[in-house]
Amino acid sequence: MVDTQTVLVWILLGFLITCAVASMITKNLLTTVLIFMSYSLVMTIIWIVLESPDLAGTEAAVGAGVTTILFFITLKKIGALHTNKKGKKKKLKEGEENE
Amino acid sequence: MGLFTDHYYEIAAVVLFGIGFMGLLLHNNLIKKIVGLNIMDTAVYLLLAQRGMVFGRVAPILGDNLTPSAEQYINPIPAGLVLTGIVVSVSVSAFSLALTHRLYKKYHTLNLDEILLKSKKEKENKEKAVTH
Amino acid sequence: MSEKHESHETSETEYKGSKNPFVAWVNADPTPEEAPWTEEKLEALRAGETYVREEKPVITEEERARRFNKVYKPLAVVLCCAFIALLVFVCLYTPPFGATDVPTNNEVSFKYIEDGLADTGATNVVAGMILDYRAFDTLGESSVLFTAVMSVMILLRKDRDGSLVNDPAEDAALAKEEKISVQHRDVILRTMAGIISPFVILFGIYVVLNGHISPGGGFSGGAIIGAGLILISQGFGSAKTKKFFNFKVFTIITSCSLLSYAALKCYSFYTGSHHIETGIPHGIPGAILSSGFILPLNIFVGLIVACTMFGFYSLFTKGEI
Repeated sequence: MVDTQTVLVWILLGFLITCAVASMITKNLLTTVLIFMSYSLVMTIIWIVLESPDLAGTEAAVGAGVTTILFFITLKKIGALHTNKKGKKKKLKEGEENE
Repeated sequence: MGLFTDHYYEIAAVVLFGIGFMGLLLHNNLIKKIVGLNIMDTAVYLLLAQRGMVFGRVAPILGDNLTPSAEQYINPIPAGLVLTGIVVSVSVSAFSLALTHRLYKKYHTLNLDEILLKSKKEKENKEKAVTH
Repeated sequence: MSEKHESHETSETEYKGSKNPFVAWVNADPTPEEAPWTEEKLEALRAGETYVREEKPVITEEERARRFNKVYKPLAVVLCCAFIALLVFVCLYTPPFGATDVPTNNEVSFKYIEDGLADTGATNVVAGMILDYRAFDTLGESSVLFTAVMSVMILLRKDRDGSLVNDPAEDAALAKEEKISVQHRDVILRTMAGIISPFVILFGIYVVLNGHISPGGGFSGGAIIGAGLILISQGFGSAKTKKFFNFKVFTIITSCSLLSYAALKCYSFYTGSHHIETGIPHGIPGAILSSGFILPLNIFVGLIVACTMFGFYSLFTKGEI
């Protein structure tokens, strides 16, 4: 017999694995980082289920907050946030020439 | 069936570790490698933290209970260890992102193979310039 | 021997381009080149023909990388799968999740839970553990953060004279962006940052100050404060944050916090193994001013973490703090 909390944990863990796989196989770097952020948020819920509220607070602030911001800034600096219609990465040099 | 009723956290942690490891090994893109490393980190934390959990016990925040007994609270040691790990992992990823930024500035690509080729060529050119 | 003696007397600069065969041999590339006089070559010379060296097929670096990837990728997948299968197999032999009598829940954790309140005075056992029983680990961890921010500074900080790292195109882009953010205000971002950021920082301070009696502590509270500072910087431009948080303030806060942390815990070296007794009253459990040194240690850790997070952000965006 399985209780409801176990089923909830199964769903959460399944979501975690799906997020990990999706963030590894997507082509777009921005999508990768966004999926990784949702992965961190689900991890926060799992820390609550595992009775570790200290970890949940830290993971929410650090994993979903600061790490994602650092990833975004790096992507912006290397010009991967500007995508053209085909969804391909536009190179920094080409962008400068177009302007 | 014991796999999914007794060991589901461990299985999930091991699978996540494998996914992160696979990403770290197979992707050429440096950003994806760093994301893979972060996934591996969290997998290890999950494996550590689930060991301290006991059904029916609560988090070790005592509150008004001034005579605590070990039967009421879960193990605080994994939580302390993982707390350390999370903060270290953010500094590791910040450092590797800074390295990535510098590499992109120099070689204008994120592909590790191309970076290696370009740096080898650069080295050869330098040696040629020295010998001539 | 005479050659060696002669070369010894020549000066350092002459050494490099010396025609002395011994010196040239020492300075030469260690990979052996083709010997000048092989038997074939002599034979060809005797016959009066010009010697043509046979060219080996050259493998380019791209080709080599392609060949390497051909072997490497399947091998990596196979090794990974075998590794995961082994780990899953091992998992089957571990105690089931949530069981009572597992080896990890041993007398160490019982000691922390049962004697923790009497020893440290903290109602949050995790905070009492990481900041009193194992405070030395936390000092190391704070040092790790400090080292990380230093290394990021080495990698990304702009030079003052602008000689080495600065890219003029990037500087121009940064200046343009700053101008845009000042002239064309993003109303939504600005209004929401103005409303939310005081509460975020207040919540961070609350979490830090209540670290010993409720979930949280220096690490989570510091990260929340850092996130609030990042929000202010995004909403109102970096010039606003620079008024109260510049490089000097960053250096002073971080190093003073680390040094104060070390100073507060150094009594352990004199008290020996039982470093729990500080002589400071633990106060009433559950009150803010209780549990000895844990409250100031939490504040120091929170300051370090907040400075580090905001330092990472501003180094990544502007290349300076």
